Amino acid sequence: MFGHTQLTAIDWLIMLLYFVFVLGIGVALKRYMKTSKDFFQAGRALPAWICGLAFMSANLGAQEVIGMGASGAKYGLATSHFYWIGAIPAMVFVGIFMMPFYYGSKARSVPEFLRLRFDEKTRALNACSFAVMTVFSSGISMYAMARLIQTLHIFDGLFVMLGLPLGWIFHFSMLLSAIIVLGYIFLGGLTSAIYNEVLQFALIIAGFLPLVLIGLHNVGGIHGLRAALPAAYLHSWRGMEHASTNPLGVDAFGLAMGLGFVLSFGYWCTDFLVIQTAMATDTQENARRVPLIAAIPKMFFPLLVILPGLLAIAATTPHNVTTETVVNGAIVRQTTVVSKAEAEGRGLVPAKTDPLTGKIVLDASGKPELDYDLAIPSLLLHYFPSGLLGLGLTALLASFMSGMAGNVTAFNTVWTYDIYQSYLHKGASDAHYLRMGRWATVGGILLSMATAYAATGFNNIMDTLQLVFSFVNAPLFATFLLGMFWKRTTGNGAFTGLIAGTAAAMAHHGLTLPIEAHPGLHGGWIAVLHHYPSDMAQNFWTAIWAFSANFVVAIVVSLFGQPKPESELVGLVHSLTPRAASEQNLWWKRPEALAVLLIGMVVALNLIFR
Amino acid sequence: MNLDLRIPMGLMFTLVGLILALYGWATQGSALYARTGNVDVNLLWGIVLFVFGLGMFLLGRRSEQKLRRQPRKVVVSNRPRPHGH
Repeated sequence: MFGHTQLTAIDWLIMLLYFVFVLGIGVALKRYMKTSKDFFQAGRALPAWICGLAFMSANLGAQEVIGMGASGAKYGLATSHFYWIGAIPAMVFVGIFMMPFYYGSKARSVPEFLRLRFDEKTRALNACSFAVMTVFSSGISMYAMARLIQTLHIFDGLFVMLGLPLGWIFHFSMLLSAIIVLGYIFLGGLTSAIYNEVLQFALIIAGFLPLVLIGLHNVGGIHGLRAALPAAYLHSWRGMEHASTNPLGVDAFGLAMGLGFVLSFGYWCTDFLVIQTAMATDTQENARRVPLIAAIPKMFFPLLVILPGLLAIAATTPHNVTTETVVNGAIVRQTTVVSKAEAEGRGLVPAKTDPLTGKIVLDASGKPELDYDLAIPSLLLHYFPSGLLGLGLTALLASFMSGMAGNVTAFNTVWTYDIYQSYLHKGASDAHYLRMGRWATVGGILLSMATAYAATGFNNIMDTLQLVFSFVNAPLFATFLLGMFWKRTTGNGAFTGLIAGTAAAMAHHGLTLPIEAHPGLHGGWIAVLHHYPSDMAQNFWTAIWAFSANFVVAIVVSLFGQPKPESELVGLVHSLTPRAASEQNLWWKRPEALAVLLIGMVVALNLIFR
Repeated sequence: MNLDLRIPMGLMFTLVGLILALYGWATQGSALYARTGNVDVNLLWGIVLFVFGLGMFLLGRRSEQKLRRQPRKVVVSNRPRPHGH
């Protein structure tokens, strides 16, 4: 694959500086961690802009930076739907309509909100599935980071210099990320995680923006990029009328309902991983502003993560180059050799190699399969000189750690408040729960490491886990929507709805299959009743079925049951909660004004890049 | 929270910017920059980060000093005050 990445002392210095500051923030915050509220909820005292950037950054895991770059290289600008359709509307909705209930109910976590609104069993179901998912997600980030470090040979030079076996790099990478993330969360709790997420956000911009600028400069600017790519790559809506006429293999309805409504609202409006950052701010008005502030950078993030994917494809494919120079009258020939994977790739995206045989992987038509996940890393290694390379690699590592940290803080809170305090050890002192939170952080990191190691032993474990998570997550939004906006919804309705939604997701997946896939992990493991044009279309429709099943079953069961008395639902249900007077009398300072502006901007972006 | 994030963040970017700019200055005209179209990106980006970092640091310091100058809030008790004085 890649040759040794030549890191110099200056690159190491920048990386080291970052690690020192990350841990330093944890150390500086330790003295403020006096109660469990300080540790788990950041004392509910942080400014909105910090929580806003952290709200966005908590989602910046491996999937985001590497995955969106890969998707940009594979599908082009159509990937922007994951931002402009699949994130911004949901972020506006959670800020304007849902945050008053999360923040105003005084619940300390999303599962606790479910207990207040519904009942104990609904909370237990959500808390347990969420705790398991956060640990596995953190493990997935850890594994992906260690594999990337190994693939790019980042630490090889260091290991060779120290005389250590190269086989230890994977373990070293895992241990390094675990110690750093554990260190700053153990010391400074959620505040430390949020502060570091903001730091990581700034670092990602500092590391990736020059990559975009240099990449654009090298392909001849926007005009050069247009000339180098097929026209469909630079349009987000072209061919969306029908699934067979666009690269995603999804039609506009599937995209809008599956991604734009069910999946994105299910994630941004119900996942405690992001909600916890909004709940850490000082007032309800600010909690409403947090997702809206986050939506501003989120809207422009395709420039930083999707555009590099396009630039990687548009660049010239490297090949062996021999240069001749005359030194003291003698002709000196110097040959730069590129690996087979790079030479067989497209642009700067290398071909995929089989990790066991080292051979290039070919597709059904005999062409080399491209390793799109390496689009951004190979662009980074190709363009960045020493110095900037250290900054770029640090930004890449920061993005992995950011994703891990958000999961770990969400895990320690849900474990301590929703599982330990609720079912295992009630009525202990606050100091006891603070201690438990710290040790839950250690436990969460150890479990993440175990997951990452399990992934090395079982090829498909990560794909299987992500599939199971999608079954559990897909129906969630229906429960919250009904809970917050229909006072008649009962605990039994919510619980059976969740089970029915997950069952519907499993059944749909088991009965359908994307074209050209074999029955198994991709679907069709019960029987194949329908074929989808792509994996993505199947995912979106699985989500639509899960949401619909949850919605219908929850309504039917609720109609047969006895709802909670209205007095118990004040502050939890929209129609029974008096509207809080806005802190700001000036209309343009209110969250609603920002929301309208955001919607206008996202419509404009969709029109410009249609 | 008593720690203004802009202070450590500003300090980190000031240092990173300084390191990059100095390294870029020392390696001006080097073959290192052939891959970036002979643009000394270390120097340019180093200056950008240095200015950004210094700006953040100064903003953080100013706001911290302002907070220190403000008189501490007195906790007002809910109990009725005695009449007289």
